[in-house]
Amino acid sequence: MTVMDALLALEDGRTYPCRSFTGPGETSGEVVFNTSMSGYQEVLTDPSYRGQLVTMTYPLMGNYGVNAEDIESDRIQVSAFLVREYQPFYSNFRAAASLAEYLTAQNIMGVEGLDTRALTRHIRTAGAMRAVISTQDLNPESLVARANRIPTMAGQDLATGVTTRTPYYWESGKPVAIPADTPLNSNIWRHRKTKHAVAAYDFGIKYNILRSLESAGCEIVVVPAATGPDVIRAMAPGGIFLSNGPGDPEPIRYAIETIRKLLGYRPLFGICLGIQLLGLALGGATYKLKFGHRGTNQPVKNLLTGRVEITSQNHGFAVDTKSLPGNDIEITHINLNDNTLEGFRHRRLPIFAVQYHPEASPGPHDAKYLFDDFTQLMDKY
Amino acid sequence: MPKRSDLHKILIIGAGPIIIGQACEFDYSGTQACKALKEEGCKVVLLNSNPATIMTDPEMADRTYIEPVTPEAVAMIIEKERPDALLPTLGGQTGLNTAIKVARMGILEKYGVEMIGASVESIQKAEDRDLFRAAMARIGLRIPRSGIVTDLNAALAVADEIGYPLIVRPSYTLGGTGGGVAYNPEDLLEIAKAGLDASLINQVMLEESVIGWKEYELEVMRDHNDNVVIICSIENMDPMGVHTGDSITVAPAQTLSDREYQSMRDGAIAIMREIGVDTGGSNVQFAVNPKTGEMIVIEMNPRVSRSSALASKATGFPIAKIAAKLAVGYTLDEIPNDITGETLASFEPTLDYCVVKIPRWTFEKFPETKDYLTTSMKSVGETMAIGRTFKEAMQKGLRSLEIGRFGFGSDGKDLSLEADPSRPGESGLTLAEIEQKLSIPNSQRIFFLRYALLKGMSIESIYELSHIDPWFLHQLKQILDFEKQIAATPGALPAPILRQAKTLGFSDIQLAHLKGTTEDGIKKLRRNYNITPTYKLVDTCAAEFQAATPYYYSTYEIENEARLSDRKKVIILGGGPNRIGQGIEFDYCCVHASFALREEGVESIMVNSNPETVSTDYDTSDKLYFEPLTKEDVLHIVEMEKPLGVIVQFGGQTPLNLSVPLYQAGVPILGTQPESIDRAEDREHFQAMLNKLGLIQPANGTAQNVEEACTIAEKIGYPVIVRPSYVLGGRAMKIVYRRKELENFTRLAILASPEHPVLIDKFLEDALEVDVDAVSDGTVTIIAGIMEHIEAAGVHSGDSACVLPPYSIGKEMLATIAAATKAMAAELQVVGLMNVQYAIKGNRLFVLEVNPRASRTIPFVSKATGIPFAKLATKIMLGRSLRELGITREIIPAHISVKEAVLPFNRFPGVDTLLGPEMKSTGEVMGIDTAFGAAYAKAQLGAGQNLPLSGTVFISVQDADKKTALAVAALFHRMGFDIVATGGTHAFLESQGIPSSVINKVSLGRPHVVDAIKNGKIQFIINTGLGDAPRRDGYLIRRAAIQFNIPYTTTIAGAMAMGRGISALKEQRLTVKPLQEYHNS
Repeated sequence: MTVMDALLALEDGRTYPCRSFTGPGETSGEVVFNTSMSGYQEVLTDPSYRGQLVTMTYPLMGNYGVNAEDIESDRIQVSAFLVREYQPFYSNFRAAASLAEYLTAQNIMGVEGLDTRALTRHIRTAGAMRAVISTQDLNPESLVARANRIPTMAGQDLATGVTTRTPYYWESGKPVAIPADTPLNSNIWRHRKTKHAVAAYDFGIKYNILRSLESAGCEIVVVPAATGPDVIRAMAPGGIFLSNGPGDPEPIRYAIETIRKLLGYRPLFGICLGIQLLGLALGGATYKLKFGHRGTNQPVKNLLTGRVEITSQNHGFAVDTKSLPGNDIEITHINLNDNTLEGFRHRRLPIFAVQYHPEASPGPHDAKYLFDDFTQLMDKY
Repeated sequence: MPKRSDLHKILIIGAGPIIIGQACEFDYSGTQACKALKEEGCKVVLLNSNPATIMTDPEMADRTYIEPVTPEAVAMIIEKERPDALLPTLGGQTGLNTAIKVARMGILEKYGVEMIGASVESIQKAEDRDLFRAAMARIGLRIPRSGIVTDLNAALAVADEIGYPLIVRPSYTLGGTGGGVAYNPEDLLEIAKAGLDASLINQVMLEESVIGWKEYELEVMRDHNDNVVIICSIENMDPMGVHTGDSITVAPAQTLSDREYQSMRDGAIAIMREIGVDTGGSNVQFAVNPKTGEMIVIEMNPRVSRSSALASKATGFPIAKIAAKLAVGYTLDEIPNDITGETLASFEPTLDYCVVKIPRWTFEKFPETKDYLTTSMKSVGETMAIGRTFKEAMQKGLRSLEIGRFGFGSDGKDLSLEADPSRPGESGLTLAEIEQKLSIPNSQRIFFLRYALLKGMSIESIYELSHIDPWFLHQLKQILDFEKQIAATPGALPAPILRQAKTLGFSDIQLAHLKGTTEDGIKKLRRNYNITPTYKLVDTCAAEFQAATPYYYSTYEIENEARLSDRKKVIILGGGPNRIGQGIEFDYCCVHASFALREEGVESIMVNSNPETVSTDYDTSDKLYFEPLTKEDVLHIVEMEKPLGVIVQFGGQTPLNLSVPLYQAGVPILGTQPESIDRAEDREHFQAMLNKLGLIQPANGTAQNVEEACTIAEKIGYPVIVRPSYVLGGRAMKIVYRRKELENFTRLAILASPEHPVLIDKFLEDALEVDVDAVSDGTVTIIAGIMEHIEAAGVHSGDSACVLPPYSIGKEMLATIAAATKAMAAELQVVGLMNVQYAIKGNRLFVLEVNPRASRTIPFVSKATGIPFAKLATKIMLGRSLRELGITREIIPAHISVKEAVLPFNRFPGVDTLLGPEMKSTGEVMGIDTAFGAAYAKAQLGAGQNLPLSGTVFISVQDADKKTALAVAALFHRMGFDIVATGGTHAFLESQGIPSSVINKVSLGRPHVVDAIKNGKIQFIINTGLGDAPRRDGYLIRRAAIQFNIPYTTTIAGAMAMGRGISALKEQRLTVKPLQEYHNS
């Protein structure tokens, strides 16, 4: 482990001294905080964190190492990982390597020795913001200036950067390539009789969504974000899934258009970015939250049952509840912390979506039932 | 679901006296519940026999019954009060067991009382291992292989199926009393026998040993609407095999990946649903195989617990308060989160710090017991520390323990690894000794981990011996590695290293030791570098929301969050971890100080490190600093807060020890000044004061060596009390009757503490002892209460039963006592509380001890008289006079209050139960009634003694007691008891015309008295032997009494009081009456 002095500079001029535990490096992005006490490997590999420097509010990271299973995509997605105290010694029966080894192998910066609580408090009051972190340039002024030159999160189409280039099957818990010359039509399904055929849009999809769909009895073809409505109709799936993904939904115009054309075609289920795109397609509006929801303890009330679910969340944008057409849309879930929208369904069409992550990973399994709701909906249509 | 409208009056059962496994955490939870229910407009009826609790303050409940926590008392209260519901989940195992018995008696049904929180069925499902095992199997969870047996033959058979080693767990007991690990059939027979005896239903479970597996706990809450949340995860550093109450524990869990944590969470939620805890908090314990990750369920407690108190303090989430609100019908999403003010209770707290809890043991009080930790809990208290890293929290925790340590070693108190010429008699620890201390868990194991690392043992080999997860071992090694770096840095420490050391939790004392300088030297250096602590908030949400409550801990980072007001403020120093001699009584006083400050419009700031207490509840004071009570940590807070002053006289010995160092550092001490405290403690000054006031004390002297000791003893005459000069709570005191004994003990005392002389006092045999509490405003002194001890002088006042008002002291003597007390208060310029211990012999009053501070008896006196003396004293310290406060004379209640001590002998096999000058009790109960007999009987029932109304009394007394024993024997004879006695006693009784039959002493061969006890032939035991007579016989009798739960007394005075109590019980049925009626009439 090479420890080097590093500096984190925010666009508003604040700087935080820290140390790199992954050797020299420099990177930039939007700095956000996550309040989950466990699940750092899932966080690191969640494509929704693309373009972000993630700080964990729990101070000790690396305790249980990393393993080959707890991944949410095929690589680390965060731009950098900011922690209070890195744990070079890990202990867990599944651990295969240390966190530093994992980050270093993928050339991702990890820093420690940061007053992560001070940083979190600052983001809480000033909002998520752009930042640069470096071991090379320790000059606060120049780093702050550079932080101000990074493009803002709002207005960027990040999904295009993380989506799969080619469609693939999700089978037995892993991606299985579809040969390049296979046409995407209704013959793509191999278990149509026994399983629900789901076309899953990848805007940065987490593996555990796919694992959850599969264990709910679905056969899944994951399609690139830009897949048009005609291709989906040609596939004739039993249901369409709209995945999570990074950043701002608004710039992803093509996806919004596609979704609008698929409304009512087959049951639609959206998660996270998926609900935002769906909201926009239904004529609603989205907005950027001050510092977002990132963690595994967010209370969500299911208005249909009156029950509270503890949920895993990771989003910086949200659907404006008031913007949704009330005649068509019924609000099904709200966040009990700030009353923001957490879920809705269409009053007539087989469409429902949630802002939070029922697939958890990391986080509680309280909302797992939504995957069964999806298959039941597909049963009905 | 909103609050239920049909619950107007709710009965809460408290936990009774402080015992091992059930400490002040149940006052904390009960107090929260009382407040929460009153807030909801419910009338609260409370039963608790423990007067030192905040919950039994008359303002906390509408009707407060200080009566024995027994099913009979509950039945009487229900009959009288007709509550709508009974909430049984806040009073620990005692509350739960009592509630179950009441339900079985049919009382609840008869009076239409609903059990809320947990039903009888769910309690039984969780508590009965057979039912629990079946329940777990239904939800696909495994518990260790096991079998339930009710006799020893079955135990052997089941053990063959399970295999050794195996764990013996009695059903329905506290903290695993009577449990243990059996490695072979011989062990099994011994442990299973004790377990069957300890079990309320005469049943033990034998189970597969998972010793060495990792141990976890989850604190879970559920509401009527089936919403379930996890409040906190806790990982035990000590793996399975050590009771969780004896384990060093850490929150949150450290070595679980999210996947494993979530499967544990799923398990806990499924358990809540299957057991059927409708509303409230529960604790679920899991074991995890470190090699495979296999998870099994160990147990579930369907009530608030010690762990839930810890979880509340660790997260800021008030489990008991929320549990009470859920019990009256609210759902989690209807209850606000007080800490943030803006969010709701239906969420899961997240931590951005690390919490370490370390148990506090008192093995030094029970030298006959081995310092081993097993599945039966031995610790008497605990401390909690918060840091941003495990290392920081661990070091803070170790210096909070009040064991003279200032971190993870390197504080000058380490045992040496090699023979050290500066410490003669120490040969240095051998590898074999270290290995043994690692493999057999014990109270010193944390320090032996250090020695093992210093000896060069690898993490792997330490793990193999201790099964402590390597993650923790690496953390400790990192501390040690940095310590080496500090030591290797030449000259004064440079700023970066000093800063790094502070972030790792090193105290200035450790750094001074490592650098060969002084604590003040390090502090100056830090000041030059501008290295001071920052304070962070415990906010339940890791800073995601702004916190409304000011609950702080220190660390060394860049941002200080302490919100400083410019109000008048006062800092109260708490008592730190509970230990024998310093318990809940002092926390009670600190809490009252806080309440009084609030009443006076002064900002109250509490500093304490004990997670079990009411004082560390987030809304007790205006501000809470959860910090170690050391000079360094306290000064940091004082320097930042700049209070009017600091209150040191309420928290017991811990803050008192800080008074001089703080005073010298320029900190204003409120109330009685440190010089006066010193004057009362220093022998010469004290003697001079007594001479000046014309008061006397027992003849005494100070010896520097054995010769001097003998000379003094010869001069003043045997027996004498011998003790080292600097002792706490009667530590290492002894009454000696002969020269030989004196020589031996003095030699040991001088060896233990060479720089301090040995104090020798004349022991006043058969003297009456009196405890006096008084309050003074510097001009006027008022007697708070005069308590007459039941046991004669020589028994530590904390272990002695006492009566208020006195029942055998004449008016004239009482006046003399009052006058002496007032004279001393004036001479010592006491401002606040004062306690004096006197002995009366031959109509002469001897002053034994004066303590110008709150005493252990203040809560009892306050409950007996209805006057909150600690509050008054606080207001006096702020400058008020007694006259202003409306206190002009001593209040002598018309009713009789008896305090009885509760002793932990059932936890410490092999320990003699004789009482002596060294305090051994963990708690106390109070009995109130209009006459002595009934009040004493209530105190005994509250302390868990069965009072026989008929049967056989065994009497064996030493010659000196024979005369006084006569009246006792006559009383029992008159009440229709049969008397059996040992030869000498029998002959004497015979000569005095009291019939008795002879029974063999143990040493005379069988069948003997212990056989009779085991056969259930004896219902009450009177056995005195305070003298130096051969003690083996008495010892065996007393242990048998403990084992078979036969009431016994070791003093004639105690026997007489017991007789009067039994007589009262025989004459009429006991009645119950709330405190509010005693004080309003």
